[in-house]
Amino acid sequence: MHNFDQIVHAASLAFAATDDPDVLEQIKASYLGKSGQITELLKGLGKLPADERKTVGAAINRAKGEVESALNARREAIRRMALDARLAEEALDVTLPGRRQSLGGLHPVTRTLERIEALFRSIGFEVADGPEIEADFQNFTALNTPEDHPARSMHDTFYLQDESGGVAPGVLLRTHTSPIQVRYMQAHVALHAGAETMPEIRVIAPGRVYRVDSDATHSPMFHQVEGLWVGQNVSFADLKGVIADFLRRFFESDDLQVRFRPSFFPFTEPSAEIDMAFMSGALKGRWLEIAGCGMVHPNVLRQVGIDAEKYLGFAFGMGPDRLTMLRYGINDLRLFYDGDLRFLRQFA
Amino acid sequence: MKFSESWLRTFVDPACSGDELSHLLTMAGLEVEEEASVAPAFDKVVVAELLEVGKHPDADRLRVCRVDVGSGAALQIVCGAPNAAAGIKVPCALPGAELPGGFQIKQAKVRGVESSGMLCSAKELGIADDATGLLLLVADAPVGEDIRRHLDLDDRLLTLKLTPNRADCLSLEGVAREVAALTGTPARLTEVGAVDATIADSRAIVLDAPQACPRYCGRVIAGVDAGAATPPWISRRLERSGIRPISALVDITNYVMLELGQPLHAFDNTRLHGDIRVRMARPGEKITLLNEQTLELQEDVLLIADERRPLAMGGIMGGEESGIGLTTTEVFLESAFFAPAAIAGRARRYGFVSDASHRFERGVDFGGTLRALERATRLVIDICGGQPGPISEAVAKLPERREVRLRPARVAKVLGVALSSERIGDLLTRLGLPPVKDQDDFVVTPPSYRFDIEIEEDLIEEVARLHGYENIPSPAPVGLMSMLPQTEQSRSRARVRQVLADGGYQEVVNFAFVEEDWERDFADNSALIRLANPIASQLSVMRSTLIGGLIANVTTNLKRRQSRARFFETGRCFFRDPQGVPVAGFRQPWKLTALAYGTAFPEQWGWTARKVDFFDVKGDLERLLAPRKASFERAAHPALHPGRSARVLLNGQTVGFLGELHPQWQQKYELPLAPVLFELDLDAVVIAGLPRYSEVSRQPPVIRDLAIVVDQGLELQRLIDAMTTNRPEIVREISLFDVYVGRGVEPGKKSLAFRIVMQDTQKTLQEVEVDAAMQQMVAYLQETFAAQLRV
Repeated sequence: MHNFDQIVHAASLAFAATDDPDVLEQIKASYLGKSGQITELLKGLGKLPADERKTVGAAINRAKGEVESALNARREAIRRMALDARLAEEALDVTLPGRRQSLGGLHPVTRTLERIEALFRSIGFEVADGPEIEADFQNFTALNTPEDHPARSMHDTFYLQDESGGVAPGVLLRTHTSPIQVRYMQAHVALHAGAETMPEIRVIAPGRVYRVDSDATHSPMFHQVEGLWVGQNVSFADLKGVIADFLRRFFESDDLQVRFRPSFFPFTEPSAEIDMAFMSGALKGRWLEIAGCGMVHPNVLRQVGIDAEKYLGFAFGMGPDRLTMLRYGINDLRLFYDGDLRFLRQFA
Repeated sequence: MKFSESWLRTFVDPACSGDELSHLLTMAGLEVEEEASVAPAFDKVVVAELLEVGKHPDADRLRVCRVDVGSGAALQIVCGAPNAAAGIKVPCALPGAELPGGFQIKQAKVRGVESSGMLCSAKELGIADDATGLLLLVADAPVGEDIRRHLDLDDRLLTLKLTPNRADCLSLEGVAREVAALTGTPARLTEVGAVDATIADSRAIVLDAPQACPRYCGRVIAGVDAGAATPPWISRRLERSGIRPISALVDITNYVMLELGQPLHAFDNTRLHGDIRVRMARPGEKITLLNEQTLELQEDVLLIADERRPLAMGGIMGGEESGIGLTTTEVFLESAFFAPAAIAGRARRYGFVSDASHRFERGVDFGGTLRALERATRLVIDICGGQPGPISEAVAKLPERREVRLRPARVAKVLGVALSSERIGDLLTRLGLPPVKDQDDFVVTPPSYRFDIEIEEDLIEEVARLHGYENIPSPAPVGLMSMLPQTEQSRSRARVRQVLADGGYQEVVNFAFVEEDWERDFADNSALIRLANPIASQLSVMRSTLIGGLIANVTTNLKRRQSRARFFETGRCFFRDPQGVPVAGFRQPWKLTALAYGTAFPEQWGWTARKVDFFDVKGDLERLLAPRKASFERAAHPALHPGRSARVLLNGQTVGFLGELHPQWQQKYELPLAPVLFELDLDAVVIAGLPRYSEVSRQPPVIRDLAIVVDQGLELQRLIDAMTTNRPEIVREISLFDVYVGRGVEPGKKSLAFRIVMQDTQKTLQEVEVDAAMQQMVAYLQETFAAQLRV
């Protein structure tokens, strides 16, 4: 009996003495192989008397089992050491930068326009678009601003040359997005010509507009967003409500004040200028012009064939460039149109 | 409209501070654009009289003055001003005074002589730039009086940004009327009495253009002293209104214009011949104006003429020949009403504006023509002397003021807040729009000075304005809840932009007007759309391609040491097109253009840097269009390298082009590397199409590779198209995975390797079927393209 324990003990020591899986297998052979010690002992069982055979056999088999489990434990330990070594060897400097294409990004004004569109969509405004080379009629006349109206001098207009070098009559670069109002209403009226009650018009129209003006705070091309809501029960109070709601959502802050003050646009009556002021931050307390607005002038409604007694509505035109500057703390309008990557990347 | 607050307060003086007054005006629609002090802060400066001026013992340029500052004993003050002289009155800063800029005045010795104060120039007090000498005060200035009081230096200057509808506020009286309505403080308007004629001299007036000029008044004033000095109260008010005093007669006409809003004109009566004729210009007629501009007039310009020649552009500017000067002894003073439509736009057409045209084109009170003439006559006689003749007046049909009806229910509908009938009536009354009740409605006849009240909405605005826009509630609106259409047939432009941004491209926004060269170079455009009034020559042509802007973006960024750039822009492009809609003559499609410059990837560890090439950008383009598949055809484009440019087609329709910038433009635009770019019609890019399910095979696919050698000139697309069309039924996909030219391949040939995926929807493919299919394809390729199988 004693002898068997010694064998098991010796085997365990022998297994532990090597880290090499091949050597381990050779050692295994010296105990469990064809002529290994354990195998030899089992072979010798037959020579024992029958009454001892059973107990000795059981003792040998127990010893064999113990050797096998010592072997397996050692195999597992060696496997794990090898794995650990490989893993250690394969370790990376995880702080090295990832490989990738450069980051692109949207223009900051695009971000603003997309937010404006999303906010107004959420209260049922569609998005419309219109030509930038615009007819004088849609840009001015249909908006209650006939030729020689002093309000035309509020807009320094770009005109085009005709093919012989003169000034092309009747066309210009749109000075505001309001002509889209006109075109949208014309189309809406045509679409619902037969209806007893015209469905409401709720639309915003973002786009580029042009004025002959270029200095630190003016760009000859800039953006506007036109908004229009015409129905049977749309009031100046609704206009105030929508704009105040919009500004709070846009700036994600209730920490701002909005005020409406009387102004003049030929195509709205009453008309207002919208100012807002932050109640904290760098611009705290300063009134900033955000938009012009008002109730659509009856002449404009009539011009597109809408019954101005039955329907009324409001329109506004706001400056997304200005909103973008306020939103992100940009101090120079010209940065928007300069294509400077160092600036643009900040909005990726 | 600029004026001093203290002048305004002579007409209406509400119990509110200057800041409150500004706020009130702004919130009533008369925006106070600028507020300024007349003078910066300083104190202890008084009116002083120089009693004696003597030499300084040790300095040639300094004088020692004995100065009376009204304190009893005269002060000794050293002064360096060249105009110091006994008897003049000047401002004197007393010891202890602090002048603008924190300059302290102390008792001191100047070159050994005791000096007890400082005599001041206008610049030292911060009220003007003149530093050439002491500021001279009027002879009767009370010695010892605080200079701030004497010169009214605590006054403030207000600049109103008036909207074109409020011409009635282009005068002090007009603004006063408004302040009175806003505050309830009554206005004290200038009392003007008739000045009786003392001589019989007069001129007859003939209205040949009664529509353009329905009222013209004038009178002769003889024996005037045109050289008389303008009283300081007039010149100061003019200066504080931004008008430079010139001479008494001119100053008086300007003063009355500011005070009452009526532009006036003074002719030299001795240079007029016979009757005054108010008529339209004859074609080609010329006039030299007071601003020395000589104009050839069009027939829609109104003239004031005599029997021989044009004297003035009516309501716009006087003529040089008939103008007054310092030697004028007889004036013919004009006060007239010119119809806005006859004045509007005329001055601007000739490139100038005048205070008169600015007012007349917006509307001048036709009820105040005579009053202004009498007011000016009185001032002329008081200041320049002279004997007035009788007033000649010609009147035709003056504008009508139609009754405007206001329904309280409509007020509530438009404003969204119900105001009581009493409140509405009260507001209208305060505004000088006396309401007459007609059952529930009000009927208002606007006064002659209001040109902006024609319809009910105009009155609603007046009511709202005075009620206060801030007193109108701002509720959440109520609307019909119908869903907006949400199409799946196209993607939003936002989505398209996002795909490019995600692919490493930075969006830019460039001007739509560009350099002419860009249009020629990048679009070979000979039908240019030029601006008639560009702000600069490099911004003078409407773009038909977005390429130029992106190239310029690269150049700009290279200068800023950004050597790698990927840009895109979406925007309208502009083409002459007789069939163009919606604006005839022009087509204005949206384009999307992207450009990559520099290395294919940002420089980083583990990748070898290489230049971006055609296929990098083509990959970006394919990703942008996915899941739709474009095809590409070699095609020339003016902007692009002829061997490296392709037309992009979707469903057989050309939607744009792709390629490397032409080397000649790379050189001209000084780019060290060649950019690769594409430009697409945005409307085509957004089309998406609904996905359509087709059955997924449960059978395992069989994949075989096929390598062939063909002529190098053979385009892959041709090959793939042909293979696809003639493929055995079980072939599902044919894709290229390698192109090889070089060792082992005959010169002039290339090796192409394809992966062929085969599958049957119903059963597992047998080896024999697969081999047969491959053989069929090889045979087809050998036969059609002389392809050799590569082993």
